[in-house]
Amino acid sequence: MIRDALEIAKKDLLIEARSRVLLNQLLPFVAVVLILFGFAVGTQNSTLVDISPGVFWVIAFLSALLAIQRSFSIEAENQAKDGLLAYGLEPGGIFLGKVASIFFECIVVEVFLGLGVVFIYGMRLNSVALLIVSAGFATLGVASVGTLFGALAAATKVRETLLPLLVLPSTAPVLLAATKAWEDGITSRVGIGDPWLGLLVVFGLIYLAIGMVSFGSVLED
Amino acid sequence: MVRDAVVMLGHYPVLISVDFDAFEGEVVYLYGPNGSGKTTLLRLIAGYLSVAKGEAKVFGLDAKADRRAIRQYVGYLGHHAHLYDDLTAEENIRFAQRVTRTTEDDPLSIAKDLGLSQKTMNLKVHKLSAGQRKRVSMAIATMRRPQLLLLDEPHAALDEQGKDLVDDLMRRYAASGRTVIVASHEVERVKAASDRGYLCDRGILIGPEIAPSRANTTTKATVQPSGASQVDGHSD
Repeated sequence: MIRDALEIAKKDLLIEARSRVLLNQLLPFVAVVLILFGFAVGTQNSTLVDISPGVFWVIAFLSALLAIQRSFSIEAENQAKDGLLAYGLEPGGIFLGKVASIFFECIVVEVFLGLGVVFIYGMRLNSVALLIVSAGFATLGVASVGTLFGALAAATKVRETLLPLLVLPSTAPVLLAATKAWEDGITSRVGIGDPWLGLLVVFGLIYLAIGMVSFGSVLED
Repeated sequence: MVRDAVVMLGHYPVLISVDFDAFEGEVVYLYGPNGSGKTTLLRLIAGYLSVAKGEAKVFGLDAKADRRAIRQYVGYLGHHAHLYDDLTAEENIRFAQRVTRTTEDDPLSIAKDLGLSQKTMNLKVHKLSAGQRKRVSMAIATMRRPQLLLLDEPHAALDEQGKDLVDDLMRRYAASGRTVIVASHEVERVKAASDRGYLCDRGILIGPEIAPSRANTTTKATVQPSGASQVDGHSD
């Protein structure tokens, strides 16, 4: 299963490197939304700092949606998904591979976005460890839920509009916990003992487990 | 082996009370107008669809419940190429080789046998013609030397040389004891390369009929061939 996952992730990232959707579309999208938020809220530095965790995670989740859609649109081209099934890959392996590639792309976006909120919004980094670890588990959660629902939505004709409707409500707890963990990370030195981080770990692992178990039926039926 | 099978797409029956058999070492053709159920039957055997009524077994395994096990023995060439546009033809073949753990043959030699040059192999799939894509898909479908090869319109988009290669491939497969089921609108061509066939008409399967090329040669092409073991592992 791990070998299948590595092959899927490697293939998806190679396609991403060739098509440069992340570089040419996702990063500019992040930059534009970040600046627009700044315009909308105003140039008061304290306001920008206060909202920066929430803005960060809303943009991160919207970017993740685009990455998830992209991940499944490459399987829809030429019905490549049927090819994966015909090769007899472990559904759990396909799921893990997709999660890994989406996770990696989201982390790249989040690093770029993080630099944006630090340098444009003036966000402080009091507990870097908490920010990094909570970002990792929040991204794991959204990548897991997104991969599961991405496969479900990809089987319908309304995949582009259905995916946000499925993913955003399901990941609302992750969004909340990630925002709270980041608020703690910029306002105090609570570190990785933060209770919101514990919640993110639980959500991330539960979503990953549910996805691994149910992905086969979602993919086939 | 398909018995009394009904396949529904939504509320619409696409296959109605279908009986179908294929045996080792034979090529079985399906022909009929568009929308008559040929692709549906192939997808049913490949485990992409399930029966609403009746049963479908391949190598003795249930076509739906054991679909992952069945796919180890089945190569499927569908209407779509099942390829990644942003990867080269060679990268697509290498990817399929790795995930299917194919070690028997050099898959690129299979591609070359199908008329694909190294220059073509280095092109991204979205730059290939429809015929070249078909050849790449064919190389992937056959690289594992599957016991059962399902070909859906394999001649479409191919030139005459490519069509001859497909016919030759089907004959070689059957000669090596494997089974080929082919759906095609090139009726005369597939009949010439096949043993038996069925006409699909509005979801109903009529046959089997003996291919003209086999009609006066062997006793193999009968409704219940003696001595030939069925693809499902049983004999009638």
